[in-house]
Amino acid sequence: MVQPLPDRLRETASQTAGPYVHIGLIPHQAGFDIFETTFSNVLVTPATRGERIRIEGRVLDGADEPVRDVLVEIWQANAAGRYNHPADRQQAKPLDESFRGWGRTGSDFETGIWQFETIKPGPVDGRKGHRPMAPHINLWIAARGINIGLQTRLYFADEAEANAADPVLNLIEQRSRRETLLARREERDVPTYVLDIRLQGPQETVFFDV
Amino acid sequence: MSEPDRDVSQRETLDREFLQRDRGLHPPPLTPDYKTSVLRSPNRALISLQSSLSEVTGPVFGHAELGPLDNDLIRNYARDGEPIGERILVHGLVRDENGRGVPQTLVEFWQANAGGRYRHRNDRYLAPIDPNFGGCGRALTDAQGYYYFRTIKPGPYPWRNFLNSWRPAHIHFSVFGSGFAQRLITQMYFEGDPLIWRDPMVLGIPDRAAAERLIAPLDLGAALPLDMLAYRFDIVLRGRQQTLFENKLQGN
Repeated sequence: MVQPLPDRLRETASQTAGPYVHIGLIPHQAGFDIFETTFSNVLVTPATRGERIRIEGRVLDGADEPVRDVLVEIWQANAAGRYNHPADRQQAKPLDESFRGWGRTGSDFETGIWQFETIKPGPVDGRKGHRPMAPHINLWIAARGINIGLQTRLYFADEAEANAADPVLNLIEQRSRRETLLARREERDVPTYVLDIRLQGPQETVFFDV
Repeated sequence: MSEPDRDVSQRETLDREFLQRDRGLHPPPLTPDYKTSVLRSPNRALISLQSSLSEVTGPVFGHAELGPLDNDLIRNYARDGEPIGERILVHGLVRDENGRGVPQTLVEFWQANAGGRYRHRNDRYLAPIDPNFGGCGRALTDAQGYYYFRTIKPGPYPWRNFLNSWRPAHIHFSVFGSGFAQRLITQMYFEGDPLIWRDPMVLGIPDRAAAERLIAPLDLGAALPLDMLAYRFDIVLRGRQQTLFENKLQGN
């Protein structure tokens, strides 16, 4: 026998968000309005600094069909590469008070497409002693049939040099799998980065245990 | 301790890396008896990341963003009367695995009405919509991590999984924490519901005690006599490493 370790609490178990996740998190999409302030897929205001971009994609299931009832949330740094959060102590980079850096949306019930209107983030310091992280957007995905939220990242295909040095992309052993995180730029009314997320199959997206 | 000092120490705590998530407490991605998971579950191993700034930070929400009725589902969609059903209070603490209350974090909840019907364009169950019930709400925890809301006890309902599948009565919860890696969606069940241990979502949790922790006990001590019953639902988010010689995330 040894001394017992002091007790720690155990994390609450995850359960699927279910088919009606919209009611709680994006009620307008469920078909009604209830709150005065709602959260949305538009992260920018006119005051926000940085290049306006759209990010867009679908989440595809193992039959290659779009998941039409998926919830997607994003979390990102500002144009200078700083998060709007007290734990980010990158003092040399300015905070942008007009940019929280978080948004949520549901995919379209017909097309399965999700979109965010945001700005391109700057590079963020890596862990101490590591190279900076290439510009990226953190994604969190929940839906009916997904038992625990999936964490992944969107990187920008046109940041080849920064991506090549990114400490997280370099952890992915199979180089071909790194490409599942690269969004390609399309010139539309707003520059749009497109990324499809595949839950299964040969092109399965890299998901992280963070 | 002076106010600014406390601010600094909280900041340093927020900066700490998260403890590795114990996946044995959560349903695995593939739980074949919950049929929808079959085509929606990743097959490959997750890539494990040490926390970076991208994981220890997360969105911050303020009281100004919430309305006064956001945590009162009995009144926040009432049109020409109050919703039908058992009036209940649901309350509890949001803490992390280190036992610390998680202050000012956003807790959101949604549910079916007393008949088991959701106010959602895709719900076609024959039980009626309640004209006075929206079925969603939200709250920010206080300085100790405490939250509460008033609602109507939801009913169980059938769903297309097996031919005769019924969900136990439940309330969905979404919680943030201070870092995006703590993001969690779960469901709260009610003590005594005979459907709980027949439910593939509950049975998908490999650890029996972890599943039991999703069942809220009746809390008569918090009930309002002659008005409403109460259920207690505590939520635990991931904790942080407490090593003294830590692998620091940031310089200086």
